[in-house]
Amino acid sequence: MDLFSNLALGFSTASSLYNIAFCLIGVLLGTLIGVLPGIGATATIAMLLPITFQIGDPVSSLIMLAGIYYGAQYGGSTTAILINMPGESSSAVTAIDGYQMARKGRAGVALATAAIGSFFAGSVATVLIALFAPPLTTIALKFGSAEYCSLMVVGLVMSVALAHGSVVKAVAMVILGLLLGLVGQDVISGAPRLNFGMTQLGDQLNFVALAVGLFGIAEILRNLEDERTREVLMSKVTGLMPTKEDFKRMAMPILRGTGLGSALGILPGNGAVLAAFASYTIEKRMAKDPHEFGHGAIEGVAGPESANNAGAQTSFIPMLTLGIPANPVMALMIGAMIIQGIVPGPNVAAERPALFWGLIASMWIGNLLLVILNLPLIGLWVKLLKVPYYVLFPTIMAFCSIGVYSVNSNIWDLYAVAFFGLLGYFLVKLRCEPAPLLLGFVLGPLLEENLRRAMILSRGDPTTFVTRPISAGLLLLAVAVLVVVFLPSVRRKREEVFVEDE
Amino acid sequence: MNRLTFDKENAICGAFFVLCGLIFGYQSLQVDLGSWLRIGPGGMPLVLSGLLILMGVVIFVGAINVGGEPIGKIAWRGMFFILLAPIIFGLTVRGLGFVGAVFVTSLFASFASYRMKWWVAPILAAALAVFSLIVFSYGLGLPFERVGPWLRF
Repeated sequence: MDLFSNLALGFSTASSLYNIAFCLIGVLLGTLIGVLPGIGATATIAMLLPITFQIGDPVSSLIMLAGIYYGAQYGGSTTAILINMPGESSSAVTAIDGYQMARKGRAGVALATAAIGSFFAGSVATVLIALFAPPLTTIALKFGSAEYCSLMVVGLVMSVALAHGSVVKAVAMVILGLLLGLVGQDVISGAPRLNFGMTQLGDQLNFVALAVGLFGIAEILRNLEDERTREVLMSKVTGLMPTKEDFKRMAMPILRGTGLGSALGILPGNGAVLAAFASYTIEKRMAKDPHEFGHGAIEGVAGPESANNAGAQTSFIPMLTLGIPANPVMALMIGAMIIQGIVPGPNVAAERPALFWGLIASMWIGNLLLVILNLPLIGLWVKLLKVPYYVLFPTIMAFCSIGVYSVNSNIWDLYAVAFFGLLGYFLVKLRCEPAPLLLGFVLGPLLEENLRRAMILSRGDPTTFVTRPISAGLLLLAVAVLVVVFLPSVRRKREEVFVEDE
Repeated sequence: MNRLTFDKENAICGAFFVLCGLIFGYQSLQVDLGSWLRIGPGGMPLVLSGLLILMGVVIFVGAINVGGEPIGKIAWRGMFFILLAPIIFGLTVRGLGFVGAVFVTSLFASFASYRMKWWVAPILAAALAVFSLIVFSYGLGLPFERVGPWLRF
């Protein structure tokens, strides 16, 4: 069986001492930033992205970046349970019942439930990736330029649909992102364009500078608006082991959460967040006693935690097979591949099997490391919650300056960070979400290149996008999503969901 | 009573997108637009700029005659110190070298918070400089000069 030999290759790559070390660093860093206030996974990965190039081996650096991502999900749920402050948006739901459990003295059980659920979901999702990635890759290889264009349009539309707040603003952000992505040298003709005559910008705006500015700096500024200290409720966590009754109650929610998360995670847009909310709603509806929800129901921790972890894992599928990012973190991973000289897309699986399968296997190993490490280390994480914010952000500023400068020793990149930080903060103040902009920025050049190629191939006939069946189907899907998002009833519901999220 | 009122946040937002659209649109007209068959470097940016202007107008029109919430606090002090920090790093990294630039940058960024105690900042900055030296310069081998020409005698 191909699957087994592939997985064997993956595990032998991922379990080399060198790669395990990077996986460990990644998950520890991820948990750390998930626990620490005011800095998210996207910002951290953006800052560490340039530094990982120094590792040299693209496999190790991608393994580490992935580790940060799912490590942060774990860390985020820890703070959600212990201090009612979700470190990551995907664990916002966990805070509802997790914190109530903690107040009743069952913090340990809540943490263990989250860990068990996440680990189970992570394991299943890893298998799913291994099963579904190869056939998807085969389909993707048959895609022509027209299909790719339409697929990217679907991706962008989905990111709009799943963005917080106003849909029109999200559309505008995607377009702005696409435009920013086109600044610099035109790929096909080589002509410089849209650069205000500034040749220092080079052939493209610096991806790392943009990501660090929009996500890192803007986030710091937002935190500086209102400085407060966090109160830590628990100083000691005891009684990690769930009872038999607990296990019985968490089994089905974990299974359902895993299924839901795996399905929603594949969708472009932030499926993991959506999955957590959906899982909570389902568990509440299926519960014998729905009144217990909000007062420390273990199902309300088990379901959403499994769902968000499964979703986080399966969001790798579109990135690995199609080269299309499902969320900002995946956009950063694609950026990392490009800078390492790997062309993201369906060819990765065939051309770099060690990277492809190694990354998949490392996710399972990383999840295992998290379970083994996190429960015993919980005391340490609790202590870290007390680190004051004013110590954190000079540190972050120093690291992000070093990181951005190390990409290509260009001082202009540092000025670009300041510029994008200002832009990011300005946009946040106007309640425009940066995630669609980043996706647009990554996809801009790809979309344009494929669009132009498709037009040449069709001899200048724009109907090529609707006469080719796969392309037409994808475009129909995009239109359907847009229509649904603008339906008044869905719109109201959507606003409700995302308001709760904040 | 016929004065127009605006939801400030969305009015600014709409105007900003329109402005961006105009700037990008103007710039894409400077390069070849191409034809349907061979879309030039200006083609897609021009279409996108048009769409962006349209979105901006929609947001702006939606803001007319709607009372909105005021825009929240703005971190002026934070903006000053945080946004200048990477610029300072850029200005000093060649002259002071890696260690000096990290020290100056983190020291400067420290002042962004009202809560920072004055004596903590230099200690933190020094600790960061040493940490970065060990991890990034010796550990990861980033190819930066550790001590720059300004500090050499």
